[in-house]
Amino acid sequence: MTDDKDVLRDVWFGRIPTCFTLYQDEITEREAEPYYLLLPRVSYLTLVTDKVKKHFQKVMRQEDISEIWFEYEGTPLKWHYPIGLLFDLLASSSALPWNITVHFKSFPEKDLLHCPSKDAIEAHFMSCMKEADALKHKSQVINEMQKKDHKQLWMGLQNDRFDQFWAINRKLMEYPAEENGFRYIPFRIYQVIAVWVGIQRFQASEEESEDEKFLGYPNWWQVFWKSSQTVDTTTTERPFIQKLFRPVAADGQLHTLGDLLKEVCPSAIDPEDGEKKNQVMIHGIEPMLETPLQWLSEHLSYPDNFLHISIIPQPTD
Amino acid sequence: MPNSVLWAVDLFGRVYTLSTAGQYWELCKDSQLEFKRVSATTQCCWGIACDNQVYVYVCASDVPIRRREEAYENQRWNPVGGFCEKLLLSDRWAWSDVSGLQHRPLDGVALPSPHWEWESDWYVDENFGGEPTEKGGWTYAIDFPATYTRDKKWNSCVRRRKWIRYRRYKSRDIWAKIPSKDDPKELPDPFNDLSVGGWEITEEPVGRLSVWAVSLQGKVWYREDVSHSNPEGSSWSLLDTPGEVVQISCGPHDLLWATLWEGQALVREGINRSNPKGSSWSVVEPPGSENGVMHVSVGVNVVWAVTKDQKVWFRRGVNSHNPCGTSWIEMVWGIGCEDRAVYFRQGVTPSELSGKTWKAIVVARECDRSHSGSSSSLLSAGCFFGDEVRGSGESAPSDTDASSEVERPGPGQPLPAEPLDDSKNPTGSSASGPGAGRTAEDTTEDACPAEGSRAAGPDTHPGPAPTPAELPWTNIDLKEPKKVPSHSAAGFPETTSLSSLGLLPLGLEEPYGVDDHPLWAWVSGGGCVVEACAMPRWFTVQAGLSPSVQTLSLSITPAQTAAWRKQIFQQLTERTKRELENFRHYEQAVEQSVWVKTGALQWWCDWKPHKWVDVRVALEQFTGHDGARDSILFIYYVVHEEKKYAHIFLNEVVALVPVLNETKHSFALYTPERTRQRWPVRLAAATEQDMNDWLALLSLSCCESRKVQGRPSPQAIWSITCKGDIFVSEPSPDLEAHEHPLPCDQMFWRQIGGHLRMVEANSQGVVWGIGYDHTAWVYTGGYGGGCFQGLASSTSNIYTQSDVKCVHIYENQRWNPVTGYTSRGLPTDRYMWSDASGLQECTKAGTKPPSLQWAWVSDWFVDFSVPGGTDQEGWQYASDFPASYHGSKTMKDFVRRRCWARKCKLVTSGPWLEVPPITLRDVSIIPESPDAERSGHSIALWAISDKGDVLCRLGVSALNPAGSSWLHVGTDQPFASISIGACYQVWAVARDGSAFYRGSVYPSQPAGNLWYRQGITPSYPQGSSWEHVSNNVCRVSVGPLDQVWVIANKVQGSHSLSRGTVCHRTGVQPHEPKGHGWDYGIGGGWDHISVRANATRAPRSSSQEQEPSAPPEAHGPVCC
Repeated sequence: MTDDKDVLRDVWFGRIPTCFTLYQDEITEREAEPYYLLLPRVSYLTLVTDKVKKHFQKVMRQEDISEIWFEYEGTPLKWHYPIGLLFDLLASSSALPWNITVHFKSFPEKDLLHCPSKDAIEAHFMSCMKEADALKHKSQVINEMQKKDHKQLWMGLQNDRFDQFWAINRKLMEYPAEENGFRYIPFRIYQVIAVWVGIQRFQASEEESEDEKFLGYPNWWQVFWKSSQTVDTTTTERPFIQKLFRPVAADGQLHTLGDLLKEVCPSAIDPEDGEKKNQVMIHGIEPMLETPLQWLSEHLSYPDNFLHISIIPQPTD
Repeated sequence: MPNSVLWAVDLFGRVYTLSTAGQYWELCKDSQLEFKRVSATTQCCWGIACDNQVYVYVCASDVPIRRREEAYENQRWNPVGGFCEKLLLSDRWAWSDVSGLQHRPLDGVALPSPHWEWESDWYVDENFGGEPTEKGGWTYAIDFPATYTRDKKWNSCVRRRKWIRYRRYKSRDIWAKIPSKDDPKELPDPFNDLSVGGWEITEEPVGRLSVWAVSLQGKVWYREDVSHSNPEGSSWSLLDTPGEVVQISCGPHDLLWATLWEGQALVREGINRSNPKGSSWSVVEPPGSENGVMHVSVGVNVVWAVTKDQKVWFRRGVNSHNPCGTSWIEMVWGIGCEDRAVYFRQGVTPSELSGKTWKAIVVARECDRSHSGSSSSLLSAGCFFGDEVRGSGESAPSDTDASSEVERPGPGQPLPAEPLDDSKNPTGSSASGPGAGRTAEDTTEDACPAEGSRAAGPDTHPGPAPTPAELPWTNIDLKEPKKVPSHSAAGFPETTSLSSLGLLPLGLEEPYGVDDHPLWAWVSGGGCVVEACAMPRWFTVQAGLSPSVQTLSLSITPAQTAAWRKQIFQQLTERTKRELENFRHYEQAVEQSVWVKTGALQWWCDWKPHKWVDVRVALEQFTGHDGARDSILFIYYVVHEEKKYAHIFLNEVVALVPVLNETKHSFALYTPERTRQRWPVRLAAATEQDMNDWLALLSLSCCESRKVQGRPSPQAIWSITCKGDIFVSEPSPDLEAHEHPLPCDQMFWRQIGGHLRMVEANSQGVVWGIGYDHTAWVYTGGYGGGCFQGLASSTSNIYTQSDVKCVHIYENQRWNPVTGYTSRGLPTDRYMWSDASGLQECTKAGTKPPSLQWAWVSDWFVDFSVPGGTDQEGWQYASDFPASYHGSKTMKDFVRRRCWARKCKLVTSGPWLEVPPITLRDVSIIPESPDAERSGHSIALWAISDKGDVLCRLGVSALNPAGSSWLHVGTDQPFASISIGACYQVWAVARDGSAFYRGSVYPSQPAGNLWYRQGITPSYPQGSSWEHVSNNVCRVSVGPLDQVWVIANKVQGSHSLSRGTVCHRTGVQPHEPKGHGWDYGIGGGWDHISVRANATRAPRSSSQEQEPSAPPEAHGPVCC
């Protein structure tokens, strides 16, 4: 009998074989060999690419180096999205390894956030965690933790220590026995579409307006939001959808993935005529729409405790 | 905690039950009759129906209620015809009872009531004191009456034999009318009230109850001889009372209160185990002279009353020694008489018997789920009632809970998960005494219908509906007019116990409708047990969950087998293959690093001065090139101001054993060398949480380094320590090798959550356990639980488990010529309060539960069931300390002692599910080789119930290890131990020491005949051959490979002796079944082992090879 624990391990140890190539216009002293790496799906690009940076910097002059950034087929890769999400969203239908282009110049200020140091990643990661716990437990669990527990979560991610991370993270995945799940499921749905259709407004139903406060995308997210709302021509990605959604329906039935999509993103599963069918992907797999959302949240969330769900067009072949 | 039920009667006389596991009132299966009064215990419910007859409803169980009828056939020898029926004139009857005084022809033995049926015809008992007799069961003697022997001698002039016939109680799960004698003198008038209790007074006979009833003329009757095996009792006997009684209430223990017509309360005094009827009445005056007591309800240590002015009173200071109590306290919680809802008193703890708040039970009846009942009435609460106490050591936590509850009392507030009160929990009794279910019964009733509607005046909606007067419930109120003639809706709550439930009178908001809103007339919680930590979901309106979801989340497997789940596993596997398979040569982005956990612990120093010292510890985990993990535990300490460290490679650790005592949270760490030395590394943490964290982490590291994960294999070897901790070891193939078997001290034992006394496994993965409280548990396939949380535990299949055991201390006294027995001993005597050995002082106040995990759930009580017997007060006598004790005083006795027991309870979690409702003494599962066909065939599992019944579990298979139901195998005597061999031979040991063998019991036909019986042998024949091998063996298990494992005491190690050591018999071979030596493994408190699942070496041949006379496993204590 397989154990649900195995899912956690499989998710954690997901790897994407990647080939990093230096952008052709970068000035080098000698030819830059591509660099091959297995990237952890659950981590962040700038957290795991020290080796890449060193590799290419060896062939470049110091003065030509400014902040590193990555791009795939013309799309700058947001370091604050988990790697697995970026891959699923942009490259899941292409052949492996994943070819990422490395840039050291012309930082696309409009598209990307700066990542001056690992502290920025940590700050981002922890703020996501806190937001997720605000949704799940009104922040009670994360606030009761000690500083060292927070540190252990971050160090677990940074060092790819499953045990270290989950020793603490399991507390964030608990819920009171008398409930059947979290208060709300922390999720974000990302879509890639061919045409820009505008920004989905975030609206909660009226009875939940009180709870809307929990969505108080703190400080950080507002910034980010503005930046991604600026329509640019290179990305065809629209910002993610995030709403309040409970794991259990009013009649006691467990909500499923299908229920969620029907509610917040009906176009994903019920495309209008003529459109291609979509894939609903998390961690490179397509869970059935009957899968209970609570189970998904407990087992297929990224380390930041969010379910990052990609809606991508079905590959034509 | 087993489910138990609350019984209630609505205004229309319909009886409903509400299970602690349920959320809906269910109409009683036998709904033909209308009742006005019910009084319940866990096993049955007594009631008075509208025909004024008394009925008893006995709950069905897998074990039938059987009673044995016996008759003796007596014969005398005469020189002409030999033995014949012709007796001397002075002789006894030819057919008689055992004494010979009573004539008892076989056809004259009749069934006592229509509720019994014969199980079979009369047959001769061929068993005589555990030995088979020859010649038709005859036993011989010189004359009547004399000592009978099996053998006929020259001087045997008389003989007799015993005939046996069993009758069976058949009226279960229906209301059985108690036959009323036609004699008018005996039952002059119909009954008006009835109360059942007293089940904690004594356990002899099993299931004994006190059933009290009050007739319309105000007389009190007691039903004689009510017990488990005689659910109807035998006859009513009348007790004199000083006045006319209107109502009566009997607690689970020795409290009995009644109310008099004039308003005083009557208290029965002198109730004890030898005289459950009590000896005399005393009168308690009501709280106020103008308002008499209308209704009382008692529990273990509490009495609640309602007076005629509708106030609720709590009686202070009531207990066994002072059943009358000291004074009344008025309970002022606005009693509203608005709705007939059922209320439950929360916050009742031993320290606060009167409780905190009333809570309405709002579950709907089965038929009207859509309506959630009276949430609006939550607060109006009204009435009363009851409560009790229960105690349990959880009073502290429950108090806090309770107070938080009080602060926000509001209808509609979600219930905090644990309410508080322990109200009913039979096992746990606390200060108050063992309370078994506590009950609460209350009732309230309306006065006559006209009054009822008047009272309700303001609330009554005028409607076309018939007034209540026309409704059938009027018969409920038979006693009302007398009691409350001028009252408008009176509530009379009666609580019996602990909890409180109340029904409020009246409501009439809905004259129409029962179907909208149940109007209750009476409830009885006598059989209902609610634990503080597991409050039933009765009190909240289920906003959300439909019953189907509910069951979904409770059942074991739906999520496991769901298509979506399989698909996720499959896709993840495919993903890994797709994304990783061809790229394994790529470099990892993150290099594995060393991870260190540090902390402060205490370490038991092996050198002088032998004490706990504070140490820093660090666990370093690193990953080798092959991806394997290994860890080292460093212990940094200071000796003579010099810093030093010790280290332990976790891949060498063979067992981590929690050692909990009153003061320390410590654990022992064994390596093979330490196992041989009987000298583990001992570490202690400051808090339980801290210890659990370390244990879980170290255990996980050990498992990782040995690549042990997930659930134990079906072949695993299971064992139990004397603390009830469960350990499991994966057998390696060479464990049973003939040449160079793996030494036992190298076996890696990992702990599984839960608490058991014994465990039994077979190679299909079926594992059963029995707790100290004899509860049967089945293994669910999970791992972890208990202190192993998080990664060390499976996410599913872990459930709450509890166990109860008794702590015993002894009260010792010496006789002196002046004052008789006193607690003043000689200077050389043992402590006057001591442990069994007398070496340790153990006082009632100073004795603590075995560890911090245990909490007291009862007060101290005298244990009468000690070996050797006791007198009426529990004393055992002897000539001196220490000596052999006997149950009655003789001239030569100068000292005496008695045993006091106190129950304590532990709540933990583990991969175990209870197999209710029958408690077990022993269990055995057929050993099978793993290559046996696995087509879900059923597996033979036999057990002995706590009462000594032989049981066979039906429907047990690898897929359904719990099986479906018990099949009771009728036997002539109680059994103690059982074992089944691979060829379906069943061996059992009776309580009188005889061994029985039952041949060829196949699952399809489990009831083979008893065809071989062996003589009285206190142990199995080959027990004697072990005797000279080892004389400290306390438990033996023989596996399907004929491997022999035992638990032995006094095993020598290089540093110390250890008791409870796992030993493996080496050299056991077909031609040398005795083996030639012992190999010693883990030790230091192991209590039980089962190797019956380990068949990892192919069996040499079919199991026929087992010697026919050799029980495959002697579970019975093989004492040598």
